[in-house]
Amino acid sequence: MSGAGEDAMGAPAAGAARPVATRRLAELAKTVRSKNAGVDRITFDVIFQDRENYELVKRSGVLTRESVARLYGISESRITDFVTFDPAYAIKFTILRSRPSGSPGDPDIFGSQQYAPLLDIEVPVVSEG
Amino acid sequence: MGRPTLRFLCPNGHLGFAPLKVESFELGVATRPDFILADSGSDDIGPVPLGSDVSTSPKEWQRHDLEKMLLAARKLGVPMIIGSAGDTGSNSRVDMFVEMIRDIARQHRLAPFRLGYFYSEVPKEKVGAKMAAGEVVEGLDGRGPLTAEELEATDRIVAVAGVHPYIELLNRGAEVIIGGRSSDAAIFAAPALRAGFPEALSYYLGKVLECASFNAEPYAGKETVIGEISHEDVKVTAMSPYQRCTPASVAGHAMYERSNPYYEHFAGGTLDMSGCRYEQWDEKTTRVTGPKFVPSPELRVKLEGAGKVGERYMGFAGVRDPYTVSRIDDVIAWARKQVEERFGPPEQAGYELHYLVYGRDGVMGELEPLRHEPAHELGVLVFGVAPTAEMAEEVTLMGTRQMFYARLPDVKGTAGGVAFPIDEVVRVSPAYRWTLNHTLRVDDPLELFELHTVEVSGAPEREEVVS
Repeated sequence: MSGAGEDAMGAPAAGAARPVATRRLAELAKTVRSKNAGVDRITFDVIFQDRENYELVKRSGVLTRESVARLYGISESRITDFVTFDPAYAIKFTILRSRPSGSPGDPDIFGSQQYAPLLDIEVPVVSEG
Repeated sequence: MGRPTLRFLCPNGHLGFAPLKVESFELGVATRPDFILADSGSDDIGPVPLGSDVSTSPKEWQRHDLEKMLLAARKLGVPMIIGSAGDTGSNSRVDMFVEMIRDIARQHRLAPFRLGYFYSEVPKEKVGAKMAAGEVVEGLDGRGPLTAEELEATDRIVAVAGVHPYIELLNRGAEVIIGGRSSDAAIFAAPALRAGFPEALSYYLGKVLECASFNAEPYAGKETVIGEISHEDVKVTAMSPYQRCTPASVAGHAMYERSNPYYEHFAGGTLDMSGCRYEQWDEKTTRVTGPKFVPSPELRVKLEGAGKVGERYMGFAGVRDPYTVSRIDDVIAWARKQVEERFGPPEQAGYELHYLVYGRDGVMGELEPLRHEPAHELGVLVFGVAPTAEMAEEVTLMGTRQMFYARLPDVKGTAGGVAFPIDEVVRVSPAYRWTLNHTLRVDDPLELFELHTVEVSGAPEREEVVS
């Protein structure tokens, strides 16, 4: 992922639109996790503490079916579900495994360490300044 | 009919995998619940336990929880229900839990009670006969229909029970039930349905309780939660002094370990949670209303099956030379080629070689976005799988040791291309794979399950088979 962090943002040019900084998804979300959903799928949950950050990320467009497929280097057809879940302030998606969990050569039987690349997604936020 | 509410206590989301926490369990028991229940299984643990018919949980932890639950249930005079005995819910695991229950009863000289149990294993021949009669064993999660070849490659199949065997055993007077493989939620839904509560709320109750304190916050496993069902709602309460059930924690749990937070499928129908409303009822309790249940037109039971791939050995090699790090795929290709020269191509010779390259993409494999930026050193885990232990050992040893001799054009170090922390390979559990993740249509919801009830008495031993 490209995108400058907050600190890298320079002073806004006079008359420009409100400056946009970015924050890592890891800073905005309460929980980012992955886990088996049955033996053929891994499901990913991004859960927020409050509605504000949830809506911010939901509207930002950085966490979508397309962006996730690009990040993990898979075709969109392998993403079986992509849903936003308002009651839990959560964004959730599910991918098909390349082989069933625990098959010889599968490095992650529980699917529990596949979320790490999500942490570094840069989310545009409107700068306070 | 019946009571306006019933209360269900769940102390553990996977009995045996880690012991229940005693304090919150005792606090929950003191509120005099109407049922004490836990799920003990999961397909999360991979295909090896089902295939080789073992538990991943230690007996001491399984017995610890069974003992706590049985003593509390008998003292209160309420039913105790366990589903998916011993991680896999295979027949041997059911027998093991039944024996533990008898043993605990003897040890504590418990007054006589009726124990119900059922088996979930389905013989391959039975599935084969259904297929021969034209029945299509439909695949789940994008799998195609079951083929004769995949069935043949399968060593053990369990059917995932819905509510039906539990309701039937309760009807037969069982006060303690040990279930074979079951849908987690069905364990809880069965007694609620039997007592006349609505399907939607009964299944939702099971859904929200099956993982115990994972529905509460802050995050903690193995703490007791209590669910209360009425004809209008389900209320779920954390028993641990430091946990609460909040709308966010309860709703969040609906997502856990499933593809979609709105729908959950059971033998007999689908729970639709898209209209659920969550509200804080008191400090530690969240109230849920609005789930729906959509009955399915035909009864399909999920089948899980594991088939053996072969015996398995493991080897390990480390790499520090930056040139070798950058050419690690060539090193692995060299080692594979040496094995192939000895045994022939893997598909023909019936072996598999797998390399997990830690420091590059060992954890995520093809999903790793940073696989082109390897670390300054790599650890390569090698797995060899073959029909016999002898062959698996040789495949693995050759596949590991030949990395040492890999011929890279510009390597400076010519006295060994990798580092060995041990110069040997070690035998690990045989390799299995999930061959069945399918559903089978049945006419009778009990036809795949074999039910038993027995009288158990603490002392002296006297048992009579009732059915």
